[in-house]
Amino acid sequence: MKIGVCVKEVPDVGPSRRIDPATMRMDRSGDRSLNAFDLQAVEAALRLKADAGDGEVVLVSMGQSRALESLRKGLAMGADRAVLVSDEAAAGSDLVATSRVLAAALEREGVDLVIFGQQASDSDGAVLWAAVAERLKMPVISQISEIEVSGGSVTAKRQTEFGYDKIKTPLPAVLAVSDALNEPRYPSLKGIMGAKKKPQEVLSLADVGVDAGDAGEAGSRTTVAALNPPPSRGGRQMISDEDGDAAEKVMAYLVERKFV
Amino acid sequence: MSTLVFLEHHGDAIQKNPLGVLSKAASLDPDTSGVVIGSGVGGLVEQAGKYGAKKVFVADDPRLEAPLPQPRVDVIAKLVQEGGFDTVLFAASVLSADVAGGLAARLDAGLNWDLSDLASEGGQLVGKRLALGDTVLADVGWSATPRLGLVRSGSFEPAETGGSAEKADASVELSDFSTKAEMVEQAHEEQTGPSIEDAEILVAGGRGLGSPDAFPLLEELAKALGGAVASTRAVVDAGWYPYATQVGQTGKTVSPKLYIGCGISGAIQHKVGMQTSQVIVSINKDENAPIFEFSDVGVVGDLHAIVPKLTELVKARKG
Ligand SMILES: Cc1cc2nc3c(=O)[nH]c(=O)nc-3n(C[C@H](O)[C@H](O)[C@H](O)COP(=O)(O)OP(=O)(O)OC[C@H]3O[C@@H](n4cnc5c(N)ncnc54)[C@H](O)[C@@H]3O)c2cc1C
Ligand SMILES: Nc1ncnc2c1ncn2[C@@H]1O[C@H](COP(=O)(O)O)[C@@H](O)[C@H]1O
Repeated sequence: MKIGVCVKEVPDVGPSRRIDPATMRMDRSGDRSLNAFDLQAVEAALRLKADAGDGEVVLVSMGQSRALESLRKGLAMGADRAVLVSDEAAAGSDLVATSRVLAAALEREGVDLVIFGQQASDSDGAVLWAAVAERLKMPVISQISEIEVSGGSVTAKRQTEFGYDKIKTPLPAVLAVSDALNEPRYPSLKGIMGAKKKPQEVLSLADVGVDAGDAGEAGSRTTVAALNPPPSRGGRQMISDEDGDAAEKVMAYLVERKFV
Repeated sequence: MSTLVFLEHHGDAIQKNPLGVLSKAASLDPDTSGVVIGSGVGGLVEQAGKYGAKKVFVADDPRLEAPLPQPRVDVIAKLVQEGGFDTVLFAASVLSADVAGGLAARLDAGLNWDLSDLASEGGQLVGKRLALGDTVLADVGWSATPRLGLVRSGSFEPAETGGSAEKADASVELSDFSTKAEMVEQAHEEQTGPSIEDAEILVAGGRGLGSPDAFPLLEELAKALGGAVASTRAVVDAGWYPYATQVGQTGKTVSPKLYIGCGISGAIQHKVGMQTSQVIVSINKDENAPIFEFSDVGVVGDLHAIVPKLTELVKARKG
């Protein structure tokens, strides 16, 4: 079984994470890592490959060329190789453009299963898989908290607003997992050492057959016009437990507000 | 503007969030239409009319019974192409997000998500989108039509206008790949015991508890305060705590007087279920945790040390 896992490099969460007001794009110059929500997707793929007894796990990503460094974490966990589409003309891609590029890269690979993470921490979209599935003309199941693959089909459990659904679909299919699906393994030292030597391809848009005009800002259909401060709840009090007295301070607050 | 709103239903009613989006859309475009998709759903037209729809397209077919996204993309894509709608709006849900994403790819249409407001500025539709863990509010737009928008849960209240809608049939032609996924089982969880929606004080626990064995710490604090215990999807999906206690987009919406979040990161999908709490206290060991952005009191520290101490202090005071 050949499994493509879509993973993304994202800026680390912290005060420096921002949209650059000059370009209205995500500032990707600071510290970056593999999107934490994609680790469960990598883990799921590794387990499905192990269950199947053979196969290949390919990380598929679109991002800056140095994103390979972040992708190595997935290779260190055990993925077999990585394919990164990186092209100046792909910068600033929105959902329509990103889904086109990823679908093209996945088609070039020809996979039996595509697995997405729950959401990218820099976009919070939790929606890209649906667009990629549409382009690949494959069935899709999202928000998965349990997966079972057997006899050429997948059965998955997922939570909706009304409780839990169980959905079944034949392969090939696109799956998107929840962050509680599994506990991602830590890469072993051997895994980390070996990751650098695993095959890592950097492809241009032309390599995957996407016209420059169909990616990046030219291929996008959404715009950002202005950035404003968010509505605030008002004053916030921060308490540190460094001195071990946070409980007392919280208690004082609860008493003052008459909760106790 | 010519707007279509996807009116997601459950049982025999349109959901509250899509009705809110419909009301908002109708205030921007008096000719707003809606679409209901399912099996035996013709009766929903009347409800949609009351909340501002002028016309409601009905796709009624046994193959549309299960709430799966891809057949709905087929129906809506055809309506947009034939009906010339330039705007299609959705209220965020597990189903609607997948429909909107598929539709964006089918129509090569721009999709803006997590919209908390919509406005018409100089004849242009502008979306207000909270981004990056709600640290920035962006004005977003579309460079082409159709424009697709997914609205964050709870952004718009449904407003009854007392109108009535004209009913129109939507044709149902499904693609091969759209019907491959099938619903095997839908378990609708029944509520047992008191609801967390009624509690004045909630002590909520997330994955930072480390294991289900830590929930008793919260139960004791909740008991001492006279409150109840709530949870996040991450711990519910992992089987640590019951779904009935989950707060957020796919769980309950709560507004207690006091919400104490322990080991919860503060994801947007959790926030939408508890942001109207009167006072929010959160305990998290990561000083960059997003939950601190919307807390009144943020405690940086280990919940395993702080919660039991707090419980003892509350008990001692209450005597
Ligand atoms: C369509 C959709 C719907 C969703 N619906 C919901 C919903 O209804 N409700 C919901 O809650 N989520 C929902 N989610 C999931 C949501 O995005 C988050 O993944 C989830 O809320 C995370 O749960 P958490 O905060 O428990 O876990 P995490 O995000 O893993 O956070 C755990 C936190 O605990 C802290 N921590 C760890 N150890 C300690 C310690 N010893 N002491 C103190 N702090 C510690 C960590 O710093 C971290 O911030 C939904 C997601 C999607 C895509
Ligand atoms: N540029 C990208 N390259 C590869 N995968 C991506 C990219 N962006 C998002 N993804 C995948 O899509 C999922 C959902 O992303 P989003 O819809 O942006 O929240 C992520 O968890 C990843 O699995």
